[in-house]
Amino acid sequence: MSAKTANKIATSVIVAVSGLIVLVLAGLLGYILVRGLGHISFDFLTSAPETIRRGGGIGPQLFNSVFLLFLTMIITIPLGLGAGIYMSEYAPANKVTNGIRLIVEVLSSVPSIIVGLFGLLVLVNLFGFGFSLFAGALALTVFNLPLMVRITEQGLRSVPREQKEASLALGLSKWKTITSVMLPIAMPVILTGTILAAGRVFGEAAALLFTAGMSSPRLDFSDWNPFSPFSPLNPFRPAETLAVHIWKINSEGLAPDAKEIAAGASAVLVITVLAFNFAARWLGRYLYRRFTAIK
Amino acid sequence: MAQPLERQQAKPHLAEEWVGKVYTLLCIAFLILTIFSLVYFVASKGLSTFFVNGVNVIDLLTGLKWAPEGEPRLFGALPFIFGSFSTSLLAAAIAAPLGFCASVFMVEIAPKFGRQYLQPVIELLAGIPSVVYGFVGLSVIVPFFRDVFPGQGVGIAAGAVVLSIMILPTITTIATDALAALPKGLKEGSYALGATRWQTIYRIVLPTTLPALMTGIVLGIARAFGEALAVQMVIGNAPHIPRSLFESASTLTSAITLSMGNTAMGTVANNALWSLALILMLMTFVFVFIVRWLERRSKI
Repeated sequence: MSAKTANKIATSVIVAVSGLIVLVLAGLLGYILVRGLGHISFDFLTSAPETIRRGGGIGPQLFNSVFLLFLTMIITIPLGLGAGIYMSEYAPANKVTNGIRLIVEVLSSVPSIIVGLFGLLVLVNLFGFGFSLFAGALALTVFNLPLMVRITEQGLRSVPREQKEASLALGLSKWKTITSVMLPIAMPVILTGTILAAGRVFGEAAALLFTAGMSSPRLDFSDWNPFSPFSPLNPFRPAETLAVHIWKINSEGLAPDAKEIAAGASAVLVITVLAFNFAARWLGRYLYRRFTAIK
Repeated sequence: MAQPLERQQAKPHLAEEWVGKVYTLLCIAFLILTIFSLVYFVASKGLSTFFVNGVNVIDLLTGLKWAPEGEPRLFGALPFIFGSFSTSLLAAAIAAPLGFCASVFMVEIAPKFGRQYLQPVIELLAGIPSVVYGFVGLSVIVPFFRDVFPGQGVGIAAGAVVLSIMILPTITTIATDALAALPKGLKEGSYALGATRWQTIYRIVLPTTLPALMTGIVLGIARAFGEALAVQMVIGNAPHIPRSLFESASTLTSAITLSMGNTAMGTVANNALWSLALILMLMTFVFVFIVRWLERRSKI
């Protein structure tokens, strides 16, 4: 076989494989949306799930997912920003810093189920939070923190050196330079990364099975006192999220329409994650234009 | 007179600087404390199977039968270890060539189209939650395998296919970065000598980027190894080594997911599950060190 024929064959194989990947993704998304969208209605999104009868919804689960995401980000963002700033600006270039970098890398590759088990042992049992939103949010923080640190570091690295030096030369302290010069410039990168991380948190289930729990108490949506046990805002109540709900009804669902509910819930989950993705892209581009004055 | 004035001006700056330093240091200290306590707690629980309950390490690693409630109690985790390794390696074997082709397409063949369409598509794959992959696997791949191959459809093959789609973005992204970072001179030299594109790709590009490609593959395997729910949904969860790819099997993660809620904290059956978690965590460390080693090699 001549080199040219081989080249042609190889090129067509590569093109075909790439096309196949696009087809698989299109099929995947199409399947989820086609199967799920038909089942999504206002009633489905707001009513409580049924255990044995058909017609259950995903209202509490959806609320739990959003609320848990909110709690997680409130804890993760300040911690992750701080740790990221330390790694990129304050950490001296020595062996200790390299060690910390290794630690962050290890933490970022620990499987989420292990993070969930750690949460079960330390947060749920040792600290006595029980199966609760708060324990789930902390577990997700552990799971999300390394990513947040990496995003912050990336953002700060992308700041032009001259701008940082100009600020320091004007006599601003290092901390002032970071907060009022570098962070605003790094904001598009950090914000984009944070939204993508939020999408990941929204779909996470393995870390929540044993921390936020697999059940949701009867919620009273007219009770907004965060200390009442039936209030949706109470962070110390067990809460089953949407992703956990999908897993649960697939493995032990008794309702006759479990498959449809799983399909509908999957579609909701995927649409949300896609929305996060597009929001991140759009916001990144928008902020970049705003900050660089490029049309 | 001038000196005290200067000192007074410097004070708020110093205080500000101090606040910043302490705050960031506390954040990083929290991170370090978390990882050490994570390792400590999982290890102490996982090791108590051997030290408190007196289960033999060798028996656990090589035993073929898992019957924590049986008489006698048997803790053979080899089926789970085998299941984890076979699904993740098989997934990598499927995803690696696909990812390599996609990255070659994006960098060498159609950079404009690739960057504009293929890359966002692959990034979207990375964002889809694992339970959704599990659900699609359960309602598409498992029935398909059930119709085409003998058996129930669940098993290592179904798990590997689901995982391969999940780790494809990891492998592709890293391969694309590696191919794009290759010095232009290398490729141009090859083309100037009259080599075709394919000859350039597999004689020049592939060997020089191999360590980086391997990094992506190992990261993919690590992700597949630790994935819990998607695998648990499609693998069937039978605690023995299957005789075929289409027979119900188990992985470390699926065993933990299924049984952790049903065993009481502190019992030997529960501790044995923590031992599985410990094996999982140690394997994660091994993967991280392989990746580090490969990254050192890929610096040309």
